[in-house]
Amino acid sequence: MTTNGEAVLEVRDLVKHFPIRQGLLQRQVGAVQAVDGVSFDVLRGETLGIVGESGCGKSTTARLILRLMDPTSGSVKFEGEEIATVKGARLKELRRGMQMIFQDPYSSLNPRKTVGTIISEPFAIHGLATGEGERKRTVQDLMDRVGLNPEHYNRYPHEFSGGQRQRIGVARALALKPKVIVADEPVSALDVSIQAQILNLLRELQNEMGITLIFIAHDLSVVRHMCDRIAVMYLGKVVELATNEQLYAHPRMPYTGALMSAVPVPQPRLAASKKRQILAGDVPSPANPPPACRFHTRCWKAEEICRQQDPPLEPKEGGNVAACHFPLTDAEVLERVPTAKAS
Amino acid sequence: MAAYIVRRLAWVIVLLFVITLITFTIFTVLPAADPAALRAGRQPSPELIESIRQQFGLDDPKPIQFLRYIQDILPFDNDGVNFGFSVQSNTEVLPQILDRLPATIFLTAGAVVLWLCIAIPIGTISAVRTGSLLDRVTMGLALIAISAPVYFLGLVALFLFDEDIGRFPLLPGSGAYQDAQGFFGKAGALIMPWCVLAAAFAAIYARFLRGNLIDTMQEDYIRTARAKGLPERTVILRHGVRAAITPIVTLLGLDIGILLGGAILTETVFNIQGIGRFAYDAIVRFDLPVIQGTVLFGAFFIVMMSLFVDILYAFIDPRVRY
Amino acid sequence: MAAPLLEVSDLRVHFETEDGLVKAVDGISYTVDRGETLGIVGESGSGKSVSSLTVMGLTRARNAKISGTVRFDGRDLLAASDDDLRQVRGNEIAMIFQDPLSSLHPFYKVGDQIVEAIRSHKDVSKAQAYDRAVEMLGLVGIPEPRNRAGAYPHEFSGGMRQRAMIAMALANDPKLLIADEPTTALDVTVQAQILELIERLQSEFDTAVVVITHDLGVVAEMADEIAVMYAGRIVEEGAADTIFNAPEHPYTWGLLSSIPRMDAPRGDELVPIQGRPPSLIHLPGGCSFHPRCPYVRDAHRRIDPELQPVDGDPRHEVACLLSSGTRRKLWAELEAGVKPADARRDVIEEGAA
Repeated sequence: MTTNGEAVLEVRDLVKHFPIRQGLLQRQVGAVQAVDGVSFDVLRGETLGIVGESGCGKSTTARLILRLMDPTSGSVKFEGEEIATVKGARLKELRRGMQMIFQDPYSSLNPRKTVGTIISEPFAIHGLATGEGERKRTVQDLMDRVGLNPEHYNRYPHEFSGGQRQRIGVARALALKPKVIVADEPVSALDVSIQAQILNLLRELQNEMGITLIFIAHDLSVVRHMCDRIAVMYLGKVVELATNEQLYAHPRMPYTGALMSAVPVPQPRLAASKKRQILAGDVPSPANPPPACRFHTRCWKAEEICRQQDPPLEPKEGGNVAACHFPLTDAEVLERVPTAKAS
Repeated sequence: MAAYIVRRLAWVIVLLFVITLITFTIFTVLPAADPAALRAGRQPSPELIESIRQQFGLDDPKPIQFLRYIQDILPFDNDGVNFGFSVQSNTEVLPQILDRLPATIFLTAGAVVLWLCIAIPIGTISAVRTGSLLDRVTMGLALIAISAPVYFLGLVALFLFDEDIGRFPLLPGSGAYQDAQGFFGKAGALIMPWCVLAAAFAAIYARFLRGNLIDTMQEDYIRTARAKGLPERTVILRHGVRAAITPIVTLLGLDIGILLGGAILTETVFNIQGIGRFAYDAIVRFDLPVIQGTVLFGAFFIVMMSLFVDILYAFIDPRVRY
Repeated sequence: MAAPLLEVSDLRVHFETEDGLVKAVDGISYTVDRGETLGIVGESGSGKSVSSLTVMGLTRARNAKISGTVRFDGRDLLAASDDDLRQVRGNEIAMIFQDPLSSLHPFYKVGDQIVEAIRSHKDVSKAQAYDRAVEMLGLVGIPEPRNRAGAYPHEFSGGMRQRAMIAMALANDPKLLIADEPTTALDVTVQAQILELIERLQSEFDTAVVVITHDLGVVAEMADEIAVMYAGRIVEEGAADTIFNAPEHPYTWGLLSSIPRMDAPRGDELVPIQGRPPSLIHLPGGCSFHPRCPYVRDAHRRIDPELQPVDGDPRHEVACLLSSGTRRKLWAELEAGVKPADARRDVIEEGAA
């Protein structure tokens, strides 16, 4: 990763509530607080991971950043420009700078279009590469770049395997040479041996083209491999933000610790030795989140203050920024997370 | 749920109003025959036509005529609800419709029962034994039944089985319904119409259920049912058909609504005095109040059945909540 | 030592399709002892699910050709009639699946579905069966079980649904539980709960478990023995510790090298397995892994390896034409960080095919 520390994206207090309506006049009786006040920066050239389980709001955050959805409130600045409120032609221009790779390679490609058409669509939409045969050549270059055979230009998605389809998705995202790519669980739907191919491809392309990558995932092992900094989300809020080294050596938020503890490690000896931290119960509904610290209902370190005061997101020992009144100590980490090494 | 029903009923009223308005506009704005002239009989004198027009207010401005019609529908004036007066017979429309309603209801009910009894078993067996001889034969017959128009089937049925004129005199034929007495008498007179009406529907429902059931049997919960060690029959019926049949409920509701509005072709071929036949006669004679009345009835049935089916869905499919 | 509970010998399951003969399972053998956990690892198309569905008798169809033997508690299940198999399914052998939302019937209450599972095998009244269902729901950790038994599947959360499926599977106290990707559709923290639940119930009721998954972490935690499947065959099997610390098949090495790990330093590169899984209709000649194997030799394209025990450990079997000595050297190199492509040629040449 090469970053000069400059922020290419600034997210401040982003909020997205989905209203719940009931009754004769469909009055709003509540809201699903999908994203509830999220703030972070994304530095140019880095890979930022956003991790969390279902209902944490990571996918919604991704879509808000790309303005695929309008936020309820808050701001998203792309290279200094506020995109939450921009409209029309300017929005279209800005979209060239930010692209997305989707999770499901089987449903994110239009089955009626050839691969060539799919990858050249961004050019068509923005009126670029209009020279004689220029578009086709550019597309074939892209196909080659992502490891596809350029001669398959006229084939349809169903003629490709899952891994190849995901490569098509990557090619499409790269077409306009965006500055930021948001990858929403890009390898979750792929076989293990193919995942590695796609992850390597993403790393390579990022290094070559200097793209900033926002990597959304639920798999902590993948995030460990790919990301420079990581934000952990729970029920619509960022609960921990740290560099890769900081997070895996000493997670501070008990939820992060539990996540790491829960990941099954492919090493029987380690698996036998650790004291697994199993969280009780399920994730509360985002329509009715617990007051103050949202994790207190499942946290083994919770005390009275956790029920009353929302812990602020602030730096803790070791550099991690976490929202917790009783962050994990190094000893507690070692007990529960066998893969952590004391720093 | 209650709030949902109230909202839907409000829409029903709006819908019916719009339908009445559209019907009125079509029949008054489009150039067509003059109902007064039609009523007046052969070689009418201009004075006679004019007096008929006066009598029915046919020269009044259109909006006034429309408002007068709305008045006739709503129970807010001295006349009560009468749906206007038939230009043809000068009697109230509403009682005439209500008179003919039982015939249509009986025809529809019998046909529905018949086609469900045919379609469900056939659809199920065809789905379970896809590609077998039975499946191919029944689906082939189904295709014929769907393609043949109802009046064609009706005429063929009469030709073959009519008591009086058929090749194999078996069943009461055209016009028998009126003369028949008692429940069983009338039912007997309806056997052929029922079969003819049910044929196409049975075919459609069988094909539909077959397709649905084939898809349903691929679902994961069917695999679980088998993994539990349930007998295959239970798996097919309690797990498969139970799930596959829910879209049929929606279809059935709408089809019943449509038929209650009048199975025009069947009623005409077999000379059954139902709403369909009534509407047909009125259209030919340009009897606007009657046309309006039957259209309104038809629309009402369809819309109410649609609401009924949607509510029923909430009981059949526990995932649906209003 | 007691006879194994489940003994699969040379099982083959071939499907005739329009495109050709799909050899989904092409001669696999394994055993499961009472109370033990076997993990079957493989990717899509490896045949791992088909083999277990066949043990249950769920792959019998007109276009399926099944051969071999499956001995369960002394009986040959493949030769059994449909009715006999039905008595065993859901009773002595139970199965849970990947997606509990689609695997439970959406229109029936959870309690009723469990009652159905009980009453199709045991002659008890509805009330008795319902009590047992509530008992099972409590056992798997569902709070207020009597209440929840009257709820529909979509009213449960993902983790609770999988618990309900486990309750249903274990209601008749089966000797063997087959879990096909039981946690793949679940969140990580819920995954941990479910795995812990299965382990707890297993030791309480002495149930044998077969876990089928693509997740190496899951088998590391759960399994005593592991079988690695590729293209319808078992390419390596042995004790869990052996498979992870002294594996001897290039495919296993490939799997272990290509997964990102939380305990690996960040700089470590992932080494993917080149190429794609083969078509089960047109399997490669010779060793079915050879097109993707970095250590392939000429002979491997012609000769199909069989599962052979490894030097010094009869429980550890590998289907590879390289000699054991060669393989151990290659593994040592891989662990030291040498890339497969750079593997010393002479190491390979040393071992005779």
